[in-house]
Amino acid sequence: MAEQLNRTPLHGTHTSLNARMVPFAGWDMPVQYTGILAETRAVRSNAGLFDVSHMGRLDISGADSAAFLDWIVTHNAANLRQGRARYALICNESGGIIDDTVYYRVAEDRYLLVCNASNRQHVVPWMHRWIAERFPGVSVEDRTEATAMIAFQGPATPGLLAAAGDVDTSRMRFFSYAEGNVASRPAFVGRTGYTGEDGFELIVDAGDASHVWRTLMEAGAAPCGLGARDVLRLEAGLSLHGNDIDTTTTPVEACLERFVRLDKEFVGADALRRQNEQGPARRLVGLNVQGRSLARHGYPILHQGSQVGTVTSGTQSPTLDRVVAMGYVFSELAGAGSMLQIDIRGRLAEAEVVPLPFYTRDVGR
Amino acid sequence: MIPDDRKYSKEHEWVKLEEGSDALVGITHFAQDQLGDVVYLDLPGAGARVEQFAKLGEIESVKAVSDLFSPVSGEIVDVNQEAIDHPELVNEDPSGRGWLLRVRLQDPAELDVLLTAEQYTAFLEESSH
Repeated sequence: MAEQLNRTPLHGTHTSLNARMVPFAGWDMPVQYTGILAETRAVRSNAGLFDVSHMGRLDISGADSAAFLDWIVTHNAANLRQGRARYALICNESGGIIDDTVYYRVAEDRYLLVCNASNRQHVVPWMHRWIAERFPGVSVEDRTEATAMIAFQGPATPGLLAAAGDVDTSRMRFFSYAEGNVASRPAFVGRTGYTGEDGFELIVDAGDASHVWRTLMEAGAAPCGLGARDVLRLEAGLSLHGNDIDTTTTPVEACLERFVRLDKEFVGADALRRQNEQGPARRLVGLNVQGRSLARHGYPILHQGSQVGTVTSGTQSPTLDRVVAMGYVFSELAGAGSMLQIDIRGRLAEAEVVPLPFYTRDVGR
Repeated sequence: MIPDDRKYSKEHEWVKLEEGSDALVGITHFAQDQLGDVVYLDLPGAGARVEQFAKLGEIESVKAVSDLFSPVSGEIVDVNQEAIDHPELVNEDPSGRGWLLRVRLQDPAELDVLLTAEQYTAFLEESSH
């Protein structure tokens, strides 16, 4: 049955630039322009542009919004300073990950929360449930369709962005935001991203998106698709919800403890404290895979002939020139240096557990 | 993009007759474009036999793994080691340096059932509608 796909404000821009479009999370999105590997290299060496308008943008306001957010996310919200951003998980009562999110504190009583495209339909009702039960003064406005979001990523982006408007990027720390003009259009500019590279995520009015995109492209940024975004985030060891993390996995299993504050009360805290004390039965690990064939989502991970885990993501890393993967394995085999095998369609490839991320950019944050 | 010096299969492979009864086999521009970045070729070695329209091996891109089908029957006499070592050649020059196999044809008459460049072009246009 043909599904009616959503279109971002940049859809026409993508098709006029001959991007290859694919259905993703209910949206018709560009998977690539020139090639996944070439686009990956452009971001690592210079600058790339991604349409991430399919992601949810939720405006949370009200006197209780800090307490509300502190209740539904794993990291702190109330002590986040205005102008700064944070990454955290939204968990259910058993500690399963409903979504991962970045939230920006835009005022004393207001946050902007970005969630994954396909999870917006779960996150919004989840928020309304807790607002009704415990935080009646909080309101959530879904700003997704009124705006567009562009990820502008790569080592050249601070200079290019400064030249394209009045945002003083030299004063912006990683995980902060500023408001200003980009290509003469008002923009919310977060120094955040999902590539492991320096960069920004811009939120602009839907009607301004195409102009901003074209301007940054003309400044030298390569348009990139979701394919390169997936390779970049995997090289950077970043989990993708729906692939590496979901409601059946917890932040403790996914090695995301640094984004969890077990000393505060939030949905899922009890379950996560318990799991943290006992130690999880499995852990998400990075794997260096021998050979050239890719270890893909769902492939079994073996040790001495028995299955000990499953691959959740894998790709050819153009930056490191080798096959890398992530997957869950029994905790006792999750230490760096552990030698495992991956069953790649009946053929066994040697795989070594290595620390994540696979790739770290040189410049400190 | 679609050279007229060879024949084509509906599985998007091409076969180009060389001197004698040897022929080069590769995938078309359309196929490499659909696959995207090729990262791995799993091909049988020299001496192996291939059958027309039977599975010959696998071609893997960042996006997916796809089966390769032989457009002809015969014995593999050479494999393009350069393409195996540098699979991006298949994307860059699928009709030339990105060839995959040299096959000693068992029956050159098999070429008659394959598509001409003109027929393959029409086939691509039909399938895109």
